[in-house]
Amino acid sequence: MEEKFINLTLKVWRQKQGEKKGKIETYQAKHISTDASFLEMLDIVNEDLTIKGIEPIAFDHDCREGICGMCGQVVNGYAHGEEKGTTLCQLHMRRFKDGDTVFIEPFRAKAFKVVKDLVVDRSAFDKIIQAGGYITAKAGGAPDANTFPVTYETCELAMNGAECIGCGACVAACPNASAMLFVSAKISHLALLPQGRPEAAKRALAMVRAMDSCGFGNCSNERECEASCPKNIEITNIARLNREFLSAGVCSTAM
Amino acid sequence: MQLNSNVPSGPLEGKWDRYKFDLKKVNPANKRKFEVIVVGTGLAGGSAAATMADLGYHVKNFCIQDTPRRAHSIAAQGGINAAKNYPGDGDSVYNLFYDTIKGGDYRAREANVYRLAQNANAIIDHCVATGVPFAREYGGLHANRSFGGAQVSRTFYARGQTGQQLLLGVYGQLSRQIGLGGVEMYSRRDILDIVVVDGCARGVVCRNLVTGEIESHSAHAVVLATGGYDNVYFLTTSGMHSNVSACWAAYKKGAAFANPCYTQIHPTCITVHGDYQSKLTLMSESLRNDGRIWVPKKAGDNRSPDQIPENERDYYLERKYPSFGNLVPRDVASRNAKMACDEGRGVGNTGLAVYLDFSEAIKRDGEDVIRAKYGNLFQMYDKIQDENPYKVPMKIYPAIHYVMGGTWVDYNLMTTRDGLFCLGGANFSDHGANRLGASALMQGLSDGYFVLPYTIGGYLATQSLADVDTSHQAFKDSEKQLNEKLNKLMNINGKRTVDDIHKELGHYMWEYCGMARNEAGLKTALQKIPALREEFWQNVNVTGSSKDFNQTLEKAYRLADYLEFGELLARDALTREESCGGHFREESQTEENEAKRDDENFCHAAAWEYAGEGKDPILNKEPLVFESVKLTQRSYK
Repeated sequence: MEEKFINLTLKVWRQKQGEKKGKIETYQAKHISTDASFLEMLDIVNEDLTIKGIEPIAFDHDCREGICGMCGQVVNGYAHGEEKGTTLCQLHMRRFKDGDTVFIEPFRAKAFKVVKDLVVDRSAFDKIIQAGGYITAKAGGAPDANTFPVTYETCELAMNGAECIGCGACVAACPNASAMLFVSAKISHLALLPQGRPEAAKRALAMVRAMDSCGFGNCSNERECEASCPKNIEITNIARLNREFLSAGVCSTAM
Repeated sequence: MQLNSNVPSGPLEGKWDRYKFDLKKVNPANKRKFEVIVVGTGLAGGSAAATMADLGYHVKNFCIQDTPRRAHSIAAQGGINAAKNYPGDGDSVYNLFYDTIKGGDYRAREANVYRLAQNANAIIDHCVATGVPFAREYGGLHANRSFGGAQVSRTFYARGQTGQQLLLGVYGQLSRQIGLGGVEMYSRRDILDIVVVDGCARGVVCRNLVTGEIESHSAHAVVLATGGYDNVYFLTTSGMHSNVSACWAAYKKGAAFANPCYTQIHPTCITVHGDYQSKLTLMSESLRNDGRIWVPKKAGDNRSPDQIPENERDYYLERKYPSFGNLVPRDVASRNAKMACDEGRGVGNTGLAVYLDFSEAIKRDGEDVIRAKYGNLFQMYDKIQDENPYKVPMKIYPAIHYVMGGTWVDYNLMTTRDGLFCLGGANFSDHGANRLGASALMQGLSDGYFVLPYTIGGYLATQSLADVDTSHQAFKDSEKQLNEKLNKLMNINGKRTVDDIHKELGHYMWEYCGMARNEAGLKTALQKIPALREEFWQNVNVTGSSKDFNQTLEKAYRLADYLEFGELLARDALTREESCGGHFREESQTEENEAKRDDENFCHAAAWEYAGEGKDPILNKEPLVFESVKLTQRSYK
């Protein structure tokens, strides 16, 4: 597609640190190349605001190549924007039309507090992993890597879950603000591998407990998480999480 | 300044084992009495923090991002090397060592590189044990592929997301220790100073990026694992938050900075477009396993690639380097791409691109096989370039990707400041003048999982460190100085934005200290950078408040350091009057335009010592001693 330049009207959520209320402010995004990414569009707007003496819009970002999971805003009602399987840093302005009005808001959930403007605190995800989202292994004593064969198909399936970037779009998109897609991706990744089996029951119980105590809701099969996931992680993982959790609760001593 | 590498004597193969045996140990009951600060949560910092906590030390771990899982190691695509010899193609520890030392153009420290190769197999075993889903064959065993600079398939990979999977493995280990209380995690912090008491590093002062508060933290030792400084070039493949500030603060507190000019240019990056561009995206080197690189034979041929017949294409790498072909090391591939474009044979709108063509591989193996190997990379390319690489060749061009220079460390990974250690991408020791593919991940994990946890014990067991906490005057002095500096930044109220000045600096760095350098250009850079620094302190505009979440202030502080560091980088480049690795000094080349080393005068690591504000830094040289390999002109023909 050829490079063009477009003008947009932005309706952006501004919320100062420590203040209770935020509000939508209107800004103009002028002469934006359609080859620019969404975050680069915000950079251009921020340069303009700075020159005018207005504090730029705060937003999280880092790698800008779709892998660190740090960026993420709700754009026109969609987490990371409407395009499927895309992080915000990989959303390009060629997906917008000249003259469009674009609404930009932070991810909203009880467990994600707004830090400032579009920046939210997603440390609740860390708490879930800290509760048990790992395999216990000491550095130095591992057996040879080929000791445990894993079939190609199983490895691919584990990798499908392992690809989760922890951006939180699934939570923002879910009417229940549930973290089940995130938790289930990790559960699937580790439970499918032989080295993750010994702790599987303990892990499922601990992670679900942590998820509840962080204030995330439960899954009611809305499938919004799957629709918004930039890595196309599937809700079949949630079915696996439910199985792991149920069998851990019923059959295991790991309470 | 004394540069004692502390490399143990004796045969190369046994150095590390003997050294580990000789190291003084801290007994398990005493480990809990020691506090260690680790800055960074990437492969090096995260693995060091997790392993030390597992051993019993109390660790305070810091990162810039909101969570340790976002460290820039996550962006590495292609893979990690080990000498497992699973494919049965004759690999060995010595082979891996040899390729790495040769690939670095004999400018790395031999003993460190050998230890790296020795640790590689244990890294793979440990990562698999922690759940890293490396690619498998149908029979269930691991699959391997090859990378530039090697003729064996020794690279382990997880689709095009190897860095992500390794980092998530580390993050899991780290999270476990946070949960158990062995690691105290401090996220969204910028480390702005290293605190020295009685000659030893005893803590850090940082800015809490959420509240804006200046915080002090004390410990018995400090470990920097802050990654690379390549954002000094503005446009790079590094994460936007990667920076030099903590290492620069260490430099000012007595830690020598080695080989700052060693900057790696990666040959397969998505091309540059537009002046608003913030970031470059790499296409993994593994693509060169199946992609063929070519340009038209004729200059100015602007037909679309499908209109250019086979006999009018120049597969220049295959032509010039028949034994390595498209898998020549990064510096060779980059330089040849630049040469093709300089000859007017570049493609695309700007003429600054070459084709990376998969049509033959797709014809041979089918689209599904290529998708399984590189699907996410093709998708990424499609999103950015809006072109389907399954149908048309990718357009790529070299870009700044990684730095091999960094804080000088000895064999213990300790800097020239006692009690201050430096790991992974932030130190200088293992890559020489050029880094081979799939070796950065290896170094991060080797340093963090398998070196530092031993050597730091050797340090702590032999020191008698006084009790120091954050009420010590050294912390107070540092806090005061930092507050003054931040206030100064907030009160300039100039006309230029931080990014605007950073882009100008980046332009000078690329122009005068990029893929090719010469004396005149470097001297120009040495005039322009200080002038720009002067302008920054007169005319930058930092909005908002320092007592708040303020991303402009964060960027301004980092740029202030880059404006000093960029000058050191150019000075180092000017001093090194030879070509080696990716550092191509135009005055020093062979008749075939290959890099020409000067072992007589430059077989050393250049370690720069801070001499005080406004004074020229002092150049110290660590001679590089090679006991096992013979220095030869690198040839990949």
